[in-house]
Amino acid sequence: MKADYRRVAYYPGCALEGTGHAYNQSTKAVGKALGLALDEVDDWNCCGAMEVKNVDPKIQTYLSSRVMSIAANQMKAAVVMAPCNGCYHNLKKAEYDLAHDPTSREVVERLSGKAGHAPYRAGTLETIHALDWIKMGVGEEELKRRVRNSLKGLKVANYYGCMYTRPRHIFPEKDQGPGTESTSKPHFMDDLLAAAGAQNVEFPLKTACCGGAHTLSDSDTSTRLVLNILRAAEAAGADVIATECPTCHSGLEMHQVRAEKVLGEKTTVRMLYFTQLLGIALGVSPRRLGVHENVSDGLALLREKGIA
Amino acid sequence: MPIHEKTLIRPENLRTHDKLVVDGVDVSGHWSTFIESRVVRDYNEALQDEIAALPGGEHIHRCWQCGSCTNSCTVNAINPDFNPRYWIYLIRMGMESELLRDKDIIWQCVSCNKCTYACPRDVFPEGVMKATAHWLELKGHTPKSKSTIFDQVFTEQVVATGKIEEGRVIRDFFARTGQPLLQDWLVEMAKRVARRLPFKQGIAFALAALFRPRTRGWAKARAAIAEYVQEQEAHRRKALGLAARAEHEVGDGA
Repeated sequence: MKADYRRVAYYPGCALEGTGHAYNQSTKAVGKALGLALDEVDDWNCCGAMEVKNVDPKIQTYLSSRVMSIAANQMKAAVVMAPCNGCYHNLKKAEYDLAHDPTSREVVERLSGKAGHAPYRAGTLETIHALDWIKMGVGEEELKRRVRNSLKGLKVANYYGCMYTRPRHIFPEKDQGPGTESTSKPHFMDDLLAAAGAQNVEFPLKTACCGGAHTLSDSDTSTRLVLNILRAAEAAGADVIATECPTCHSGLEMHQVRAEKVLGEKTTVRMLYFTQLLGIALGVSPRRLGVHENVSDGLALLREKGIA
Repeated sequence: MPIHEKTLIRPENLRTHDKLVVDGVDVSGHWSTFIESRVVRDYNEALQDEIAALPGGEHIHRCWQCGSCTNSCTVNAINPDFNPRYWIYLIRMGMESELLRDKDIIWQCVSCNKCTYACPRDVFPEGVMKATAHWLELKGHTPKSKSTIFDQVFTEQVVATGKIEEGRVIRDFFARTGQPLLQDWLVEMAKRVARRLPFKQGIAFALAALFRPRTRGWAKARAAIAEYVQEQEAHRRKALGLAARAEHEVGDGA
């Protein structure tokens, strides 16, 4: 277990103030239930997401570095936690670029100087995902002891998406043998939900793409990609797809509806954030976890299974 | 009976003759199909350098054509014409007119980075796809794709306020691409959520959409980024041999 994960700087990001509101709420609720503390980064800005990266990758690096500069230089934090795959990925990417690319360093120093704050220096902050935070801050054994409402009987397909594991060079701590995360077959979410009593199904599309980049600009492609994921989860016997990214989560939900309306393809698997599932196992009320904010009706399923 | 090999040749390059005798041998009809010989006259020797001058395209020269990118590609699995390996080949050979045959689908890369993960040469094919899509737009071969418009709407909001508000991004995107906001599937989705959302929370969400989230103390960062965007854009247009533009791309509608 890592002691310094028990109090971390928290970077929710834009999506968690919008469509991912329930992910924000459930992350905080699970942290509270497990005795993990979060200090939100002051005056944080957008990490740059994929959109700014497409316009100019160096601006994305600067935007992410500003968040890291505030966490490291002003808040004196050692660890920053981002629950959103996009934010997590971009902070990791900025860390990598600043450590390896002199041009990125020069641009960040220049823009930070003009913006009036200290530039972020590579190696001063550790960026982690909400999965790392719970897996290494608390661990399965303690989690098991704290489960009050086992997810027994719930069949879960764990969906990690693209940004959590790819490209591998920005995640030097992954693929380092037993106990570390795998980029080809990630398992941290599986481990946590298994500790909470859920039955993980063998799901081959853990890191498949939901087409989130073009969810509105090329909706037909996104719908086809999502439908493939939903069908594979159902074929694997899953009741629920557990998610760990607000873009993936809302993409799966949106295109589940779109597949039904536009293609006439109905699927019934429900989407829940892994933090919502953990929260329920820890005895937090579904309302506090924002389960009613999800588009797919997870609550009805949990009631049916006698879990909520 | 269909001949499989024929499907590998573009139909416009297939030649069959009703009556043709060559050296006393009758080569008429279906079984004696000829292929029009191809001659490429219009090599663009600057093509690889131009792609390499755009963000993401820097490492295209490393490619040794193993095809791992196309093999792992998410979009290729649903559209076999989407072929990053082939496009990289065409760019490196300078075969511009061949590349332009696929100009309307290159922007469809979903940035899943499976190619980048698989590439043994660190070409970063995902970046090459973005660079190529930008090149097509900058050179005027294609109009701005919906994806580029989305990126710009998004980036303008980030530069202006430090953050985005998703509802506003969606509204602006639909307005700028001339699509109705009330798509029936979006309406259906809103209905499903509204059914279960307590009244008070619905009001809170509606209010949140009215107030733009902002990062405090953003003004200096905004100015610094806007200046950098402008500088970079001028730099790229120069690398592609294009005339300088009076106003810059991002910020047009902010």
